[in-house]
Amino acid sequence: MNPVNAPGIRADFKLQLDSFVLDAAFSAPDAGVTALFGPSGSGKTTLLRCIAGLERAAGSLHINGETWQDAARFVPVHQRPLGYVFQEASLFPHLSVRANLEYGLKRIPPSERKVPLEQVMEWLGLSRLIGRGDPAKLSGGERQRIAIGRALLTSPRILLMDEPLAALDTGSKQEILPYLERLHRELNIPVLYVSHALDEVARLADHLVLLEQGRVIASGALNETLARLDLPTAHLDDAGAVIEAAVAQHDEKYHLTRLDFSGGQLWVGKVDRPFGSVVRARVLARDVSIATQQPHGTSINNVLKARIDEIRDEGPDKVIVRMTVGDADRLLSRITRRSRDHLGLAAGMEVFAQMKSVVLTT
Amino acid sequence: MHILDPDDLQAVWLTLKLASVATLLLLLIATPLAWWLAHSRKWYRSIVAALVALPLVLPPTVLGFYLLVLMGPQGPVGELTQALHLGTLPFTFAGLVVGSVLFSLPFAVQPLRNAFEAIGRRPLEVAATLRAGAWDRFVSVALPLARPGFFTAIILAFAHTVGEFGVVLMLGGNIPGETRVLSVTIYNHVEAMEYGAANWLAGSMVLFSFVVLLGLYLAGGKFARVMQ
Repeated sequence: MNPVNAPGIRADFKLQLDSFVLDAAFSAPDAGVTALFGPSGSGKTTLLRCIAGLERAAGSLHINGETWQDAARFVPVHQRPLGYVFQEASLFPHLSVRANLEYGLKRIPPSERKVPLEQVMEWLGLSRLIGRGDPAKLSGGERQRIAIGRALLTSPRILLMDEPLAALDTGSKQEILPYLERLHRELNIPVLYVSHALDEVARLADHLVLLEQGRVIASGALNETLARLDLPTAHLDDAGAVIEAAVAQHDEKYHLTRLDFSGGQLWVGKVDRPFGSVVRARVLARDVSIATQQPHGTSINNVLKARIDEIRDEGPDKVIVRMTVGDADRLLSRITRRSRDHLGLAAGMEVFAQMKSVVLTT
Repeated sequence: MHILDPDDLQAVWLTLKLASVATLLLLLIATPLAWWLAHSRKWYRSIVAALVALPLVLPPTVLGFYLLVLMGPQGPVGELTQALHLGTLPFTFAGLVVGSVLFSLPFAVQPLRNAFEAIGRRPLEVAATLRAGAWDRFVSVALPLARPGFFTAIILAFAHTVGEFGVVLMLGGNIPGETRVLSVTIYNHVEAMEYGAANWLAGSMVLFSFVVLLGLYLAGGKFARVMQ
């Protein structure tokens, strides 16, 4: 297939801004959430602005076979069917909350209005907000929900989000995350999500594009990429793996839920989801310890058989271990070099991974 | 007691007409110019900004003198207007309008430029991602957000034209009903030692200016609260 006409997102940009050089190429699937992840100054936001057409870089951009930019063409921002959510909600101060929501909706032809107002209001819980006149009277989280709704109401074919939670306090973040997760499940358009917070990415993304100093250093499926020890993500303090598993049993007595996946079972705090629904669990590397024999008499609920794939030094005292559980799920474990030597851990060994904590993210 | 005579009233009327026409033209010229100055990254932007600001520092007589020369029968502008069968502009109301617009230009451009710059790029970028084209963005976002700037520009341009003297004298002279505006009339009264008449006109000007400004500021205060 001609790669230009293939579904999905294909971007290749070169841009010089003062001393910063963006030279980034990546492709992403045509569904799900792709996180553009990297430290501050790595060019994530600039890359997103290039995709929106807000920044004019040299290069090319193809969205599901449509050319938005190449050597001969540059579709202006207002003619690109995209939704853009900025870091700050950026509601128009001279318009009411409702007029803000409807600003983009009014500017697309009725035949292209595929996302009904009622639907967006339900997804984002806007029914109590829409009647409030002045957007300045809303809280930060409420304003950002209006901004997301405003973008969705243009029935975009791709949603671009530039750290939509970064400007919010912790409380507003916790308030808005469930709405984003709901969108993640309901939207059938691709989402590009810029973030420098690993926990947000682990919670929301399916696909990861890693940036460093203006260049794409890796991209791939979220769980595979997070578990790659050659990438900086595995060496962050809150590094960890993501496992998707199905709700299998509720234990009312101890208020726990059992999740099943190819690698075995995980017990987590009770989740109110029907049997069979797939949830995402995050296991931080620092919460995983390794035993060479099946542990007995332990308070830890979750012990999985695992095979060591790779071990890498991390500073003078620590190593990080990558393990495979089940068919293809990964776990990371951060242990001391001393433990590695005492247990004689090496790639290929069968071990038991003990998880002190498993955080459900969806 | 001296009351305003018909000649004085004619001067008042002429002045208000001149200030209204000049302010209207200034808005039409200054808005795109201020927008360009606020957003352009061209190297010659500073040169244009300096040229626009020139009347702030030039003595009005200097500006009036060069306009007189340029628009006179031998000046390039004068030759053009004559070729178009428009006659020459000096000593006409139209000539005063041209002079007033140039002289008050910085007073209209600067507040508008500040207002456009204060809006920043973000609201316009947001509007672009919401499918608004360039003109739509300007009308639906930039203009309403720049309203305080327009308010200031209108007051300053109008007041500055009402009070103008040097350019008028150089360019328009002293023709009743055509170019004899208020400031010139007051000057004439003083020259003729008619201090009473000068006082009536000057005092009325002070009162009028104060009432206009007070009214606008009161309205502006209400407007500013609505904007928040």
